[in-house]
Amino acid sequence: MTLETILQVAAGGLLMGLIYALVAAGLSLIFGLMDVVNFAHGELMMLAMYAVFVIWDASGLDPMLQLPLVAALLFGTGMVIYRGMIARALSVQFNRGMVQIFVTFGLAIFIRGAAQFVWGGEFRAVNNTLLSGRSWNLGGVYLPLPQLAASVVCLAAFAGLLLISRTEFGKALEATREDRDAVALIGIDRDRIFAMGWGLGAGAVGIAGVMLAGFYYVGPNVGASFALIAYVTVALGGFGSMLGALVAGLLIGEVEAFTAVILEPSLKQIGVFAVYLAVLMFRPRGLFGKL
Amino acid sequence: MDNFITRRRRHELLVAAGLLVFAIVAPMFIKDVTTLNVIILSLLFAGLAQAWNILGGYCGQISLGHALYFGMGSYVSTLLYVHAAVPPSLGMFAAAAVGGLAALLVGWPCFRLSGHYYAIATVVVGEIGYLLFLNWDYVGGATGVYIPIARPSLLNLQFGKDKLPYLHLVLAFCAATWLAAWVIEGSRWFYAWRAVKDDVVAARSLGVNIFSSKMAAAAISGAFTGLGGAIYGLYVGYIDPDSVMAGHFSILIALPAVLGGVGTLWGPILGAALLIPMKELSSSYLGGSGRGVDLMLYGAMIVIVALAQPQGVVSLFRRRAHGPA
Repeated sequence: MTLETILQVAAGGLLMGLIYALVAAGLSLIFGLMDVVNFAHGELMMLAMYAVFVIWDASGLDPMLQLPLVAALLFGTGMVIYRGMIARALSVQFNRGMVQIFVTFGLAIFIRGAAQFVWGGEFRAVNNTLLSGRSWNLGGVYLPLPQLAASVVCLAAFAGLLLISRTEFGKALEATREDRDAVALIGIDRDRIFAMGWGLGAGAVGIAGVMLAGFYYVGPNVGASFALIAYVTVALGGFGSMLGALVAGLLIGEVEAFTAVILEPSLKQIGVFAVYLAVLMFRPRGLFGKL
Repeated sequence: MDNFITRRRRHELLVAAGLLVFAIVAPMFIKDVTTLNVIILSLLFAGLAQAWNILGGYCGQISLGHALYFGMGSYVSTLLYVHAAVPPSLGMFAAAAVGGLAALLVGWPCFRLSGHYYAIATVVVGEIGYLLFLNWDYVGGATGVYIPIARPSLLNLQFGKDKLPYLHLVLAFCAATWLAAWVIEGSRWFYAWRAVKDDVVAARSLGVNIFSSKMAAAAISGAFTGLGGAIYGLYVGYIDPDSVMAGHFSILIALPAVLGGVGTLWGPILGAALLIPMKELSSSYLGGSGRGVDLMLYGAMIVIVALAQPQGVVSLFRRRAHGPA
């Protein structure tokens, strides 16, 4: 492998890794807040991608310009899911851990079926966007603009999540995470915080979905493969840790890119899984996890 | 001494024997192939869920990677038959051994993890197995393996077009898993595992060896799952990684136990009796259109049952048994 190839592969891994990190950040946020692993996370991303496709198909509006709209849509979806299902799943007396796993899992199957019902099983793609087909040549390393824009937006969204954690709301979020019963005594509405947490988590994966739609096909099963990587990212980084999600996302992006080149593309996930298992042997709670 | 527990356990055994006789005889009067197929799959998944329940329910280790033991079981008995002419009636015990061994090998590193870390690690291990089998030419890779059709015989466990013998084979499997669970419920293990499930620190202070408890549960659970995989391979006659090792199989193995009642004796059977016919019927009547209605029904049912009966459908019966007559 020449130095140029190595740089090119590393750049590809970096761009993909930032997307993985943002998908995982939403998952990690929800988990950190209320101990719930959202098994429908990939399906929320899939919904965002379909939203982009539908709006683009109807109006020709570029995915980039749809970003605020679709992110808001997903924020609302996240809140509705919390109010309609998760609040109930958290209130059961027995088997709470198992109930939340299978409630979100059932939701995932339902959304997948609904997507197939509405849009059929075939792949769709958004094309002729402002950025498609263009790339930036950085000293011999080609950076495709859709991927580059996606990673910049993901980084910005990550910064946004960190900024939110410094606001009054962020402090309420943190307090609720620390002790979900005590916060009621100081006038924090726990239910509202949880709903906002779901909104933010879904919004984050929505942003990732919008940017991904600029260069990736959309289909009813697109969420599943991304979701698997997202669970691995969160577990590798440590449940509840934002920094962990970022570091693990980047690590996974790189490992995947290099495994695809060194072994073969069909085995690229094996490298990721092997690194993940190896790290867990030494750090059973992930790189930065405390929970 | 005839205390409450021994009386209840004897009662359970009687009910099971009655159900077994009914399940042997009743299908003899069913001629419809589709119905027999649904019954066979329901019994198979009842047994698999019972096997999952030993690790996931009694011992509280939520494994989402049982497709690995299931798939390895079907591959072991099939490949032994195809490459070494070992009859499946013997091969399926090799499949059980391999399933149990695989569960021990997975458990050895993964049981250091707890909660969600354990669950996700099992998903990942299952996925690694799936990808490896998909890219491994000796086992047929993505093309899969056909089980050569032989003369119908008990040795080869092939019965041609006749479904009834398959039904009785699967019934025997289901009964064996139930009996294993029943024996476990009466043993010291049951209490040790429950302590591991409910409070690891307290269990350790009582002298329960956490790691070997989990390993014992995993070995039994994996062995029965491998056995079920071997039987499934025989029944469908063709296996490939997608049909026996894909991740959704792990969920399908766990789901009847969860919906029926985790950590209960009757939950897995009840859950499978509800879930599998619903799933099969909706996919054969609605799935053909390819419009995903069957998936929507399946998903909605999981959500509703999990929210409405968090202890599983079995709790409906229990409440009646203990409530005012």
